[in-house]
Amino acid sequence: MSQTLLTVQNLKTYFYTYAGIVKALDGIDFEIRKGETVGLVGETGCGKSVTSLAIMRLVPDPPGRIVDGIINFKGEDLLKKSEEEMRKIRGSRIAMVFQDPMTFINPVISIGDQIGEVIELHQDLASESLRLEIEELKLKLNGLDKDSDEARRIKSELDRREKVKGSPPKISRRRAKEVVLKRTIDVLKLVRMPYPEKVVKQYPHELSGGMRQRAMIAMALSCNPDLLIADEATTSLDVTIQAQILNLLNDLKKTLGSSILIITHDLGIVAEMCDRVIVMYAGAIVEEASTRELFKNPLHPYTVGLLNAIPKLDEDVSKLEIIPGAVPNLIYPPSGCRFHPRCKFGMIMCKGERPPMIEVNPGHKVACYVYGLR
Amino acid sequence: MGGVLGRIVGYVYAVDGVSFDVYAGKTMGLVGESGCGKTTVGRCVLRLIEPTAGRILFDGVNLIDLKEEEMRKLRRQMQIVFQDPYASLNPRWLIKDIVGEPLVVNNVVSSKAEMEERALKLLTKVGLSADHLNRFPHEFSGGQRQRIGIARALALNPRFLVLDEPTSSLDVSVQAQTLNILKDLQSELALTYLFISHNLSVIKHMSDTIGVMYLGRIVEIGSKDELFREPIHPYTKALLSAIPIPDPEKKKERMILGGDVPSPANPPKGCRFSPRCPNANERCNEQPEMTEVTKGHFVACYTAQ
Repeated sequence: MSQTLLTVQNLKTYFYTYAGIVKALDGIDFEIRKGETVGLVGETGCGKSVTSLAIMRLVPDPPGRIVDGIINFKGEDLLKKSEEEMRKIRGSRIAMVFQDPMTFINPVISIGDQIGEVIELHQDLASESLRLEIEELKLKLNGLDKDSDEARRIKSELDRREKVKGSPPKISRRRAKEVVLKRTIDVLKLVRMPYPEKVVKQYPHELSGGMRQRAMIAMALSCNPDLLIADEATTSLDVTIQAQILNLLNDLKKTLGSSILIITHDLGIVAEMCDRVIVMYAGAIVEEASTRELFKNPLHPYTVGLLNAIPKLDEDVSKLEIIPGAVPNLIYPPSGCRFHPRCKFGMIMCKGERPPMIEVNPGHKVACYVYGLR
Repeated sequence: MGGVLGRIVGYVYAVDGVSFDVYAGKTMGLVGESGCGKTTVGRCVLRLIEPTAGRILFDGVNLIDLKEEEMRKLRRQMQIVFQDPYASLNPRWLIKDIVGEPLVVNNVVSSKAEMEERALKLLTKVGLSADHLNRFPHEFSGGQRQRIGIARALALNPRFLVLDEPTSSLDVSVQAQTLNILKDLQSELALTYLFISHNLSVIKHMSDTIGVMYLGRIVEIGSKDELFREPIHPYTKALLSAIPIPDPEKKKERMILGGDVPSPANPPKGCRFSPRCPNANERCNEQPEMTEVTKGHFVACYTAQ
């Protein structure tokens, strides 16, 4: 059983507006393990984006506020941290890729400078510089005859540097810039950006949508985060470009070992990318299971409805099955189970208290009285 | 196309030689990614954008030949539903006025009362009610606004509807409701649809015939069943393979296309898909013609023949 990286407990996030209090997240619990890819799926207004903002402590306050809960990241409660401490975590330990690359990238700063900024802020450049020097020297040594004078000289340079690895010497501004540039180009190569040396000097408007998204992913990965949050990261991309990006993320998963939280409304993406899926509806989690289990055996009536509502390539139906009604107003949400007004099973107890999450099969949890009370 | 000083600085070959037939009572689907020209085709068909060249035959009449007045009369028979339900309804007008506007502009109604009565009938057709007549667009959800747009498009009893990405900005469950309404209306009112989308699953669900567009041209056209069973053009295949399938058991051979879609202002010479095509060879420097491969199934590709 792999280690837990993030645990969210009873998270409640409310938005205080003129119209009333929007209970965007009304007590959600879930966890993400190391190296896992988890999908957070739901439609507009379900609270999935608010969840990612809450984890990053980026919920705009006012009008939003995290009113209850614990967000345990690597043993510490993020909700108790100061802004100063969060800034050290954001971008380096937890990184986010947003939906629309054009809106979230600074249009007046070059790609190189934007990625560079993240690296400068979070990386120990002196260590990085030393590491690069050692690498370069090792490379030089490879091609030389071991007994030559040249080889001996390089060996002694190497030894000198290896000795100070624990406390690397300070470096000049110029050297710092060099190191940042090298790391930036490396991370752009990692995301398979074409012509990375050219791209570092370019501005966002000079890149296509797919390239901008790669740049955002590069920014997010530049400090090897423990958790990468991808919030509808491919929604605004064309489908063939989306395929490229999903392919890239799948490959990176294997090499980087970061956990990934994929937030999307597209169940196809979930099927392709995620180990486990969490389904949200109107500010609550309704079902959670491994990907295979969820698609094979969806339990919650909302999950079933969602899966049926998607037109599928390999099926031919004249009418799509719909979920009657509409998403509720979160200022006056329905009592008890928020889905009950639209649910074909709606029982009297569903209007009372919200159903708790119960484990129906190992790893498969659902919040629905149809499956019992405990 | 104006540049800063109002001179022509270049041409964007948005639609560069597109031909297709739309059959009465049926749905023609146009699918492609951004920049392929499908929205432009939709607007050209109604002459909302003036085509540079070509013919648009509606019931045998070439729309391009018509004068302003004649075109306006004929437009009653062809309407459009736009993609963005937030931009296509005037935020300062009441729903009844938005839906009733075509009736007023075309002098089809003689009084405000009559307009309201007709507007109510239209709203009922799309599943809305009398309560909604006297409200403003901002009081409605995206899905509801889209239905209002559909109601407005039906006001003049058109025979032909251009649906430009009508459900792309809607949630999955709302999309399902909207598509069902569109199908019901089609059979009830014997409508003909030109359905434009980038979503292949939606196109498959709605269309009888499908045209795949790439950078201003149609690369493949065929019946829905034909196209999905036997896609021929490499781009069609790539498009199909790129769609994430909501079924983890179905692992498929992914055809990942390299590169980005080139700009329609500077299209590649010859076959426009050749720079990204895995099968490209020298012949592809000549633009391939649309050839009928099986009955009703046309492809513009050398390597596929």
